[in-house]
This record gives sequence, C-alpha cells and structure tokens, in this order.
Amino acid sequence: MPPSQAMLNTPSPGAPDEKAKRHTISILVQNKFGAFNRIAGMFAAKGYNIDSLSVGPTEDEGVSRMTIVARGDDQIIEQITKQLNKLIDIVKVIDLTFESFVDRELVLVKVHSTNDTRPEIMQIAEIFRAKVVDISPRTLTLEATGSQQKVDAIIKMLKPFAIKEMARTGRVALKREFQGEV
Amino acid sequence: MSRQAHEEESPAAPAGRLMTGAEIFVRSLIAENVEVLFGYPGGATIGVYDALHDISDINHVLTRHEQGATHAAEGYAKATGKPGVVLVTSGPGATNTVTGIADAMMDSIPLVVFTGQVPLRLIGNDAFQEADIVGITRPITKHNYLVRDVRELAQTIKEAFYIATSGRPGPVLVDLPKDVMAQKTHFAYPQSVTLRNYTPILEGNVRQIKKAAEMINAAKRPVLYVGGGTILSNAAAELTALARKLRCPVTTTLHGLGSFPENDPLAMGMLGMHGTWYSNMAVHFCDVLIAVGARFDDRVTGNVEAFAAEAKKIHIDVDPAAISKNVKVDVPIVGDVKRVLTAIQELVNPLETEDWLRTIDAWKDEHPLRYMNGGEIRAQYVMQKLGEITGGNAIVVTDVGQHQMWAAQFFNFSHPRTHITSGGLGTMGFSLPAAMGAVFGRRDIPVISISGDGGFQMNSQEMATIVQHRLPVKIFVINNGFLGMVRQWQELFWRRRYSQVELANPDFVRLAEAYGCTAYRATRTAEVEDVLCKAMAHTDGPVFVEFVVAKEDNVYPMIPAGQTVNEMIDTPDPASGGDTRTGDRIETVEKGKSRKVSVHAPVTSNA
Repeated sequence: MPPSQAMLNTPSPGAPDEKAKRHTISILVQNKFGAFNRIAGMFAAKGYNIDSLSVGPTEDEGVSRMTIVARGDDQIIEQITKQLNKLIDIVKVIDLTFESFVDRELVLVKVHSTNDTRPEIMQIAEIFRAKVVDISPRTLTLEATGSQQKVDAIIKMLKPFAIKEMARTGRVALKREFQGEV
Repeated sequence: MSRQAHEEESPAAPAGRLMTGAEIFVRSLIAENVEVLFGYPGGATIGVYDALHDISDINHVLTRHEQGATHAAEGYAKATGKPGVVLVTSGPGATNTVTGIADAMMDSIPLVVFTGQVPLRLIGNDAFQEADIVGITRPITKHNYLVRDVRELAQTIKEAFYIATSGRPGPVLVDLPKDVMAQKTHFAYPQSVTLRNYTPILEGNVRQIKKAAEMINAAKRPVLYVGGGTILSNAAAELTALARKLRCPVTTTLHGLGSFPENDPLAMGMLGMHGTWYSNMAVHFCDVLIAVGARFDDRVTGNVEAFAAEAKKIHIDVDPAAISKNVKVDVPIVGDVKRVLTAIQELVNPLETEDWLRTIDAWKDEHPLRYMNGGEIRAQYVMQKLGEITGGNAIVVTDVGQHQMWAAQFFNFSHPRTHITSGGLGTMGFSLPAAMGAVFGRRDIPVISISGDGGFQMNSQEMATIVQHRLPVKIFVINNGFLGMVRQWQELFWRRRYSQVELANPDFVRLAEAYGCTAYRATRTAEVEDVLCKAMAHTDGPVFVEFVVAKEDNVYPMIPAGQTVNEMIDTPDPASGGDTRTGDRIETVEKGKSRKVSVHAPVTSNA
C-alpha cells in the first residue's frame, strides 16, 4: 500500500531523493510454493522500497501477475529487474515505465456522512464516476477505479468529510498493444 | 508415521517396481554421479539412511557437525568443480547447515543440500525437530524446494543439480518430508530440465566483445582484474594466454588466486584491502580495467567512487546482476568467462605496455611485500616456506583472518583450484572441514588446511572425521593467542583497546594426539622448514602442526575500509622503529620476479 503522504500529491520538486523515480514493474510468476515470499523477501533483503504491490491470477492457470510499484534511481531499478530475473520461479519481468501502458487502481472508501453532507459526497462520487456500494445512517462507502492520480484525487476530496476506513488495491497494469500509436 | 503409499500411476510412468522416495533419492544421486555425500542422520531422514545402507556407489561421510558437512561439500566442490552434496535431518540438523549454505551463496559454490522434514501433515504444527528451513534459507540459496509429492522427487533433484551447477553456481536446498520419502511411485530419472525463465547466457554478445576489443587495443595502461569466476569457468589457460598476448599486468582477487601463475613477470598478486602495493597502484592509475569474473567487492574496491576512477571498464561475468551493481562499467559482457576470453583474444593485438610495466616494476621495487623475520616465527615466513617446499603443487585451504591474508600474499599460488577459502562470508571454522572435503575429491595432490587458533576451534570436531578416514590432510594452526585480525583493527583504529580478542587455548598438540593424529609443534623460526618437510612427507593419514607465532603482527599493506590508495599503509620501515629490539630482519618478496628472497642487512639493536 502506498504511504498516505506519497499518494496525495504529485512529487514536489524538493522531494528527498531527486534521482529516485517511480517504476511500475509487471512480473509473471509461476504459482509455486513460496514464490511471492521470494519476491517480497528479495525486496526486503536488498533494501528496495515498494510503494504498492498487487497480485492475482492471469489467463494462464499456472502463472500469476504481480504488479509492483517501486522507487529508486536508475541503478537501483536496474538491479531490481536483474535480481527479479534471477529468481527461478519468475517467468517474465517487464518494467512498464519504458513502455506505453494502462494502469488502474481500485479503492473502497468508507466516509462519514450526515443528512447534510450526503448529497455533496454523492456529487463528488458522480464526478469521479464512483459507485456507492454501502450506505448506513452515518456512513457512505464508495468504490472508485482509475489511475493512481484519480484515486488520489477522490481521496483528497473526501478527506474533509472524515474517512473512517479505506482499502486500496495497489496498481495493476498492462502494456498497451499498440506502442507509440496511442 | 503414515505408511500410506502413493500408488497412482501417472500415464508417462514406465512399468516396473514401485520405489519409495528414499530409494528414488538414492537412485537419483547415483544418476547424478554423486560419489560422496557429507551428512548426519536423524529422525526425519532415518528412512533415507536405511536406503543408503546397502549402496556402495556413494561414499557417505559422517561428519561430526552439520556445519562441517556443508563446508566439506564446499571444499569438495571447489577442489573438483563438481557439486558438493549434503544430507542432514530436520530442525537443528537443517539449521546447522545455514552458515555453510550462506558461505556457498556468497562464493558461488555449487552445493545441493538435502534436509529431512517432518511429515507433511505435521508441517506448521511446531512438531518435534521442525524448522521452516525453506523459509530460513530462501535468501541464502540460489533456489530451494519443498517436495510435497513423491512423484515430483526425481524431477526436483534433477532441477536442483542443474540450477546449482549452471550459470553462476550456488547452493540449492531440497526439503524432504519424512512421509513423502516413504511414499511409493515409479522411478525414471529425467533426461533434461526445462525451466521457463532460467537459461544462463554463456555466449557473450558479439558487438560488446568487439567494443571491448577496441577499447583494449587502444589501451596504454591496461590491467586485468581477475576474480573467482575465472576459476569457476575453468578459464585459467585462456586468461593466461590473453594476458601474455597483450602483455597486460594481472591482479587477482582472493578467489582469483591460482588463475594466473604468480611467478610470471606480469603477475601483481592480490589487490584490495590487503593486496600488494603495486597492484592497487596499477589499478588506480590504469586506463583500461578488464574485470574478469569478479564482482567489485568492497574489500577490493575500498571507496567505489575512487576505484580506478580514470579507467574505462570492461566487465565480463556470467551473472547479469553482478554487472554495474557496485561500479558502473563502460562495456558489460554477460557470458561464460572462458568463451568470452577466447573470443576477445582473437580480436586484440599485442600492446605496447613496456613503459607501463616499467612503472609497475618500479613500484614493485619500492614497495615489495615485506615482513619482519627473526627468532620468533612469523606466519608470513611459514606461508612463504610452504610455497617453496611444495612448489605451489598443493591445495591450500585457509580459514579467515590474518593467516588467510598472509597465505594469499606469500604462498605464491600458481594453479587453479589450489586455493580454497571463505572469501565472501568470511566464515571462521571453514578450513578444516573444507580441506577434508577437498581430500575426498583430490587424492593426487597434497591438501593443506591452515587456520588460526580461533578458527580452528570453531570446527575442530572434524578432526575425528579426518582421523576416522585416515585422510592425508596437513593441518596447520597458526597460533598467536589472539583473534589476530580483530586485534589488528583494535590496534590501528581503536586505540589498542583489545576487547575480547585474547584466547586461552588448549594444548593443541595434545588435542590432536587425543584424536589419534600425529602432531608437531614449532616455536622458533629455525624449526619451521624442518617441521614443514616432515609434515609434507607424512603419508600415513593426517598430520597436525602448531606454529606458535609472534603474538602481535599486522597484515600489510592495508587500505582501511572504504578508503583509497592514498590512505594505503605499507609495512612499517624497521629503520623508523618496528621490531628493532628483537634484531629481526626484514624479508622482501616480489611478485612476478624470481622467488629468491632478498634479505636486507640485519637491523642493529639500539634498545
């Protein structure tokens, strides 16, 4: 999960490590005992930062796709890719940052609401094409999907109403079929 | 324990008798041509040991500690180039292998470690002698497996050996639950392995090789910086041919020792923290640095920013992740060292390096390897004499610390696979079991274990194994009564505050004799040559020699950690202090020159 500060704004010019860039790395990994642990463990052992991580099945039954958003300068990102490639269970590693790709994140936000604020929250939901998925006298739960920036933005808009709970999936991404034509 | 057999037949399985996992294990090792297995039995492997009982194709060596088994397997692998194989039980048996596995990972040693495990249904239950060894060893293995079905066993073993020995070698662990080893299935050892994303790159990229050759052809001050990958790739001959064709000076890392003959005029010995003065100077001032199967380790580079800062760098390594990990290089070549060197040699011309070699010779004259010598034994003298007596025709297995550096500096290694040590992890207690393992692989050449008094006591239990098998290991302990390397750092950087470095030792000679080993002790320099000759001539089983050496001696030259050649400390000049009171003389040893030792005039006592 992204740290809350990092996701609220686009990086400010005075960010602590100016050379550190955010990379979206897509990993196809065989569904073997302990495979995810190997990947997570490699990041921990080498001291690399993960902003978000999501994993799920793919069209191939034996393979899962892991999407990792990692930060680092060029040398660190190069090492991350190489170290991932060294893991035997990994089928493919693609740094999508060098490609044209689509990415999405999903968030569920449970926000405090009263009779007074409910219409305003629903209006925000409408602007972001978010859905109301649960309602109670004191809360509204919204589901929003989109790029990380969009998800960041809706969270920012909802914050003043007091967010009670929130769950974010982390980024999933796929390379675009037509590179450079879109 | 569940005796339920797995009798379902897979369609591909050939007809034949059903075998237990334990039998399949033994058959698979035979199929892999495993001659020797280092191990220690226990509850979880009792079935496997039963299957081994009647097998004469595999020599099982019962070590006295599982750590000893892993280091023995490492020594065997380093001496022969074949994978070392270990079999231990679950829980403590498995956790005791961790240090050896980590050591093999750091030094790229092909190892296959089989660990017993509690039955599958008990995994996770905190069962007796249960440890999650696959979880524990995940970061220190090249790969590891838990076998969950007997039908996967043979395939897993095949993969384990393939992964351990191919590409950049390393340790692979296979965890064997007790019930899986009792299940039955048909046995057919797989012919081949296909792993979806594991295909080591062996041929270097032709364009990169061409670029490297052009860079080399334009070099005025080239240096070959040679690491252990050269030996792993069996490329010593190719390296030597390239160096001589180019007339390019050669420096080796600790693990590169033996890949280039040190009596060659182009040899500069080891580089790095305790490397020779001239090799570090040459690397600092070179214009093209050719790194061959080396990984720019911090003990080699010191301050990475300043390491060969002016030089264009070529880096040949089979592991893509080793490239530009610590130091950014100009021409990376991923591939097998032997193949890449062969390809480069065809594209390069002899270089005009006379001026450069003259400069290096001047450094050799000004700053040769030196040490004080006199009545008290100096470890450096022992190493030098040993090198002379054996003519370099011996496998020297060192431990970790001062004696390790002195052996690297003074033995004069000239043949590949004759120098075995724990370089990356720096594991004290490595030498004795590793030398034992080396003997099982190489009976044609003397094997010498050298340890300090500290390291020897970390695995001295393997004396029992060595004596039991009457192995012809020469066991040398350099006894200075200190953990010498830590003491040296405390002396130089911690105001001589000797915190917990002085050892109260047993009588080593009597200890060795108690194990049933012939043992000698040398306490004066005059005795060294004689006792070395006696030890080398000893043919009936192991022989032990304790060398009681000067208590406080330092390894020089030295580049303090993270610093540069500008901070390099050479051996203190006896004229400006040193050991003048003892009347010791200074011995100088020059690499790449005749091995004649020039003895400087005795320093007169002025105490």
